[in-house]
Amino acid sequence: MHEIAASFRLAVSLIASGDRELLEIILLSLRVSLSAMAVSCLIGLPLGALLAISRFRGRDGVLIVVNALMGLPPVVVGLLVYLWLSRSGPLGWMGLLYTPAAMIIAQTILITPIIVALSRQVIEDLDGEYRELFRSLSVPWHGRIGALIWDGRFSLLTVALAGFGRAVAEVGAVIIVGGNIDNLTRVMTTAIALETSKGDLPLALALGIVLLSLALAINAAVMSIRLTAERHAYA
Amino acid sequence: MREAVLKLDVAGHREAAGAVSRVAPPRLGVEELVYEVGGRRLIDGATVTLAPDTRTVVMGPNGSGKSLLMRLVTGLIQPTAGRISWDGAPLDEAMRKRQALVFQRPVLLRRSVAENLDFVLRLRGRAEPARRDALLAEVGLEGHARQPARLLSGGEQQRLALARALATEPAVLVLDEPTANLDPASTHLIEEIVGRAHDRGTKVIWVTHDIGQARRLADDIVFLSAGRIATHAPAAMFFARPATEAARAYLEGRIHIGQ
Repeated sequence: MHEIAASFRLAVSLIASGDRELLEIILLSLRVSLSAMAVSCLIGLPLGALLAISRFRGRDGVLIVVNALMGLPPVVVGLLVYLWLSRSGPLGWMGLLYTPAAMIIAQTILITPIIVALSRQVIEDLDGEYRELFRSLSVPWHGRIGALIWDGRFSLLTVALAGFGRAVAEVGAVIIVGGNIDNLTRVMTTAIALETSKGDLPLALALGIVLLSLALAINAAVMSIRLTAERHAYA
Repeated sequence: MREAVLKLDVAGHREAAGAVSRVAPPRLGVEELVYEVGGRRLIDGATVTLAPDTRTVVMGPNGSGKSLLMRLVTGLIQPTAGRISWDGAPLDEAMRKRQALVFQRPVLLRRSVAENLDFVLRLRGRAEPARRDALLAEVGLEGHARQPARLLSGGEQQRLALARALATEPAVLVLDEPTANLDPASTHLIEEIVGRAHDRGTKVIWVTHDIGQARRLADDIVFLSAGRIATHAPAAMFFARPATEAARAYLEGRIHIGQ
């Protein structure tokens, strides 16, 4: 109990002091996870929408696989990306291993199934409402996808946040492909892992509190934007 | 089983709302139409010819297949058997774009009133603010352009759905009980708008339960009973001398068992 209280005090003092190193770690965490979320949304939302409106043989199987991939173990993703990006791997020539780019790639792979699976469900519900209208207006499939993503944008924000939450909280993938290099690839979660391994539990816990606060602040900001925009857009 | 031929002729080159010229409408034919679900025949054939440029009212008790027939005619669902054709050719995408459907419960996009219309105008390659404004004026929603569509009243929502249908410049306008949930004033407005569309040359097919409305609107009546077209007749004749017991019972408000 005493340790937790001390960690809270440390977390507050870390934030209040404006520690440059901590700020760098926070900014890198945000840069990596927000980039991964953005790329995943670019890939995952159209894919989710396509899955939502498509009917084909084996669709149920595809849905099962996509849903199962939501539980991809980060270490496995990290290992696979490591194998591809390592010097002897197929993409080794790009020299991306132990860079933030590698971490973005790993997190993108990790959260894209989440974006696809959740957006598929959101868009399928909306498509159920619009389907006959779209058919009666002869809306082409790409027009349907565009309209469904646009009209479902406020619900899809929550999907994007779920992806971001998964990305910013994972440690297994980024530590393998990033290497937790100080001032280069150290993010909040890898810093927490490092401090824990060093036995500095109050600092590790303080970093955890900062990370949690960060996630809360981002969620609150996005939800507030969503509610305001939603109020202006439709009932 | 009775066989079905539903022919619908519409012709002419007329002006739509906003002074838009329209391609001459084609002839629609439906032959030997059957629709079965789980071995149950929900549409069981009909033989009827609809005159061009008329307002055809489709009537019949609940479950008689009115809405189903409209969904088949507009290609929303595929028949089990039978043929739907436009000018003798199978119903294809190009032909489907020349018909518009208004549902009983309007389905509006989660956007503003104007954006609901812009969506359709863009689809048809006619995204012009002037055209949109003309359509809004046509349905009396000119002051609501920026309002979220789902905040409109029921009557206004249905008028927006109607404006959206008219935005496609349809040769045939199919309305599936569009005023079933509306008050008399809103119903009157919808009837006026559709009447003007008809005056500009749009073929109107209107499904309704409302006998008074059918009397006001219909040039001819198609009466369905148990998935079959029991009667097709000019409106005056239908109301004066209904040809079948099912139609007589319906008009007199009696329960009719059988076909």
